[in-house]
Amino acid sequence: MRTPHPESPPPLRTRRHRVLPGFGLTLGTTLLFLSLIVLLPLSAAFIRTAGLTWDEFWAQVTSPRVLASYRLTFGAALAAAAANAFFGVIVAWVLVRYEFPGRKIVDALVDLPFALPTAVAGIALTALYAPTGWIGRALDPLGVKVAYTPLGIWVALTFIGLPFIVRTVQPVLEELEPELEEAAATLGATRLQTLARVVLPALLPATCTGFTLALARGIGEYGSVVFISGNMPLRTEITPLLIVTKLEQYDYAGATALAVVMLVVSFTLLFGVQVLQRWFFSPERHGR
Amino acid sequence: MSATASTLVHVAAPHRRRTLADPPWLKRILLTIALGFVGLFLVIPLAAVFVEALRGGLRLYGAALTEPDALSAVWLTLLAAGIAVPCNVIFGLAAAWTIAKFDFRGKSVLTTLIDLPFAVSPVIAGLVYVLMFGAQGWMGEWLADRDLRIIFATPGIVLATIFVTFPLVARELIPLMQAQGRDEELAALTLGAGGWKTFWRVTLPNAKWGLFYGVVLCNARAMGEFGAVSVVSGHIRGETNTIPLHVEILYNEYQTQAAFAVASLLTLLALLTMLLKSIIEWRHRRALLAAAHAETRTFAS
Repeated sequence: MRTPHPESPPPLRTRRHRVLPGFGLTLGTTLLFLSLIVLLPLSAAFIRTAGLTWDEFWAQVTSPRVLASYRLTFGAALAAAAANAFFGVIVAWVLVRYEFPGRKIVDALVDLPFALPTAVAGIALTALYAPTGWIGRALDPLGVKVAYTPLGIWVALTFIGLPFIVRTVQPVLEELEPELEEAAATLGATRLQTLARVVLPALLPATCTGFTLALARGIGEYGSVVFISGNMPLRTEITPLLIVTKLEQYDYAGATALAVVMLVVSFTLLFGVQVLQRWFFSPERHGR
Repeated sequence: MSATASTLVHVAAPHRRRTLADPPWLKRILLTIALGFVGLFLVIPLAAVFVEALRGGLRLYGAALTEPDALSAVWLTLLAAGIAVPCNVIFGLAAAWTIAKFDFRGKSVLTTLIDLPFAVSPVIAGLVYVLMFGAQGWMGEWLADRDLRIIFATPGIVLATIFVTFPLVARELIPLMQAQGRDEELAALTLGAGGWKTFWRVTLPNAKWGLFYGVVLCNARAMGEFGAVSVVSGHIRGETNTIPLHVEILYNEYQTQAAFAVASLLTLLALLTMLLKSIIEWRHRRALLAAAHAETRTFAS
């Protein structure tokens, strides 16, 4: 960065950085792509829905079948994100703090749900948890049915959500200063007290962020769920599937109204993540 | 959403020798829980794909992959990814240049908007294109008059693929190029290089690993996308089926072994992606360390 001459007035920020060329070209390209690929199509959903009266819209998005799908989708996504918050923090802890054979492989494997196409995850989990599958066969005598029940949806969403928690908690854990833990130990805390009072609170912001990301992903998830859920209306039908069903029946108004509800929920969660991150990582909180 | 973003730029603090260790019993419990969870949710499903795929022997496995519908699905998937990935590379480079090299009002809004497709359910991503280009859509009549098909045809599949992979390249490049700053570009310009030359000779080489990383992730997602493509494809066999859609059809027709055989192709792609990701992260870490060393040398001399 150039230092301005002492006598000259401080240069305008925007002016100084425009020394580099290509601002107009790259901003234009970015906005063009963004508008054509993302914003215009998304606005189509809202504009289409604006053609409905409020009563029509309300009837579409609160019919019993739709309400059942909300309960299932949000319930399963919440339960899966909660399970991931618990197990994901432990996995991150083990990966960062312990040495064990195969650690690097486990670390790389955590990305599997990101890399594996959702349809493949869906059929693999269904094959495992169906009453004839490796795991389903063991659970069946116990009276536990996983495939084609809400429990199966939870399994799929837990698979999908795992990396979100691990990959947000891991870097925070790597940068956690050991001095804090040492101080706690010096002051007489047992290891468990240190973990509960010093380490876990420090991981809370990242865990909350990861939880919200996993939740948002779980609510919209389709590919891994449709195979294992069985897709019975009112029982195991998630909201994204209901959108597809309505679309296949040429019920465009119904599908679009549901999509708008889901978009509003997703955007709220996305906004929530931004607020969370800004709050947790604001300079005031770190005393800088 | 942001989970993969910071992994590349983030350089791990060197592992410090712990003066504090967890008691052995706690270590054992946590290791058991973590490895048990990873084993149950990640390793077993991964193994299941290959076991099911090879259940009928190698000959059936090969037959499932070389059948004409499977080949046309592979071709369509390669085509869709072959168009979607370059589009997102151009977009990603433009967005990263704007956001990383300039300050302007609304920058954080723009960054958020780029992430938007990650917050949208894949099904809705498909739906919005049906609303635009479908028979009942905004441009439906106009397209029908000109005998153009987007929905239930290849263009729709490509568009939906671009949508779901939209942020992937950009969000790898933006933090990387932000961290690199603009000093080198300014130096190149001062020495008389033009804008494009600066980009090709300075910016692109600096960002090449980030770009490659973004391309790898983008390609994996593009080839594996199911929900969005499923809505716009119409599932016409041998015509508008991508590999994931072909897997679905085979599975629903109880051709389980064939479904898993085709699925194993995508699984191998996923494993390759994870391998490349690990290698790039490792290399990148080394490159950053080398750069840091070079800097100290320059300042020392």
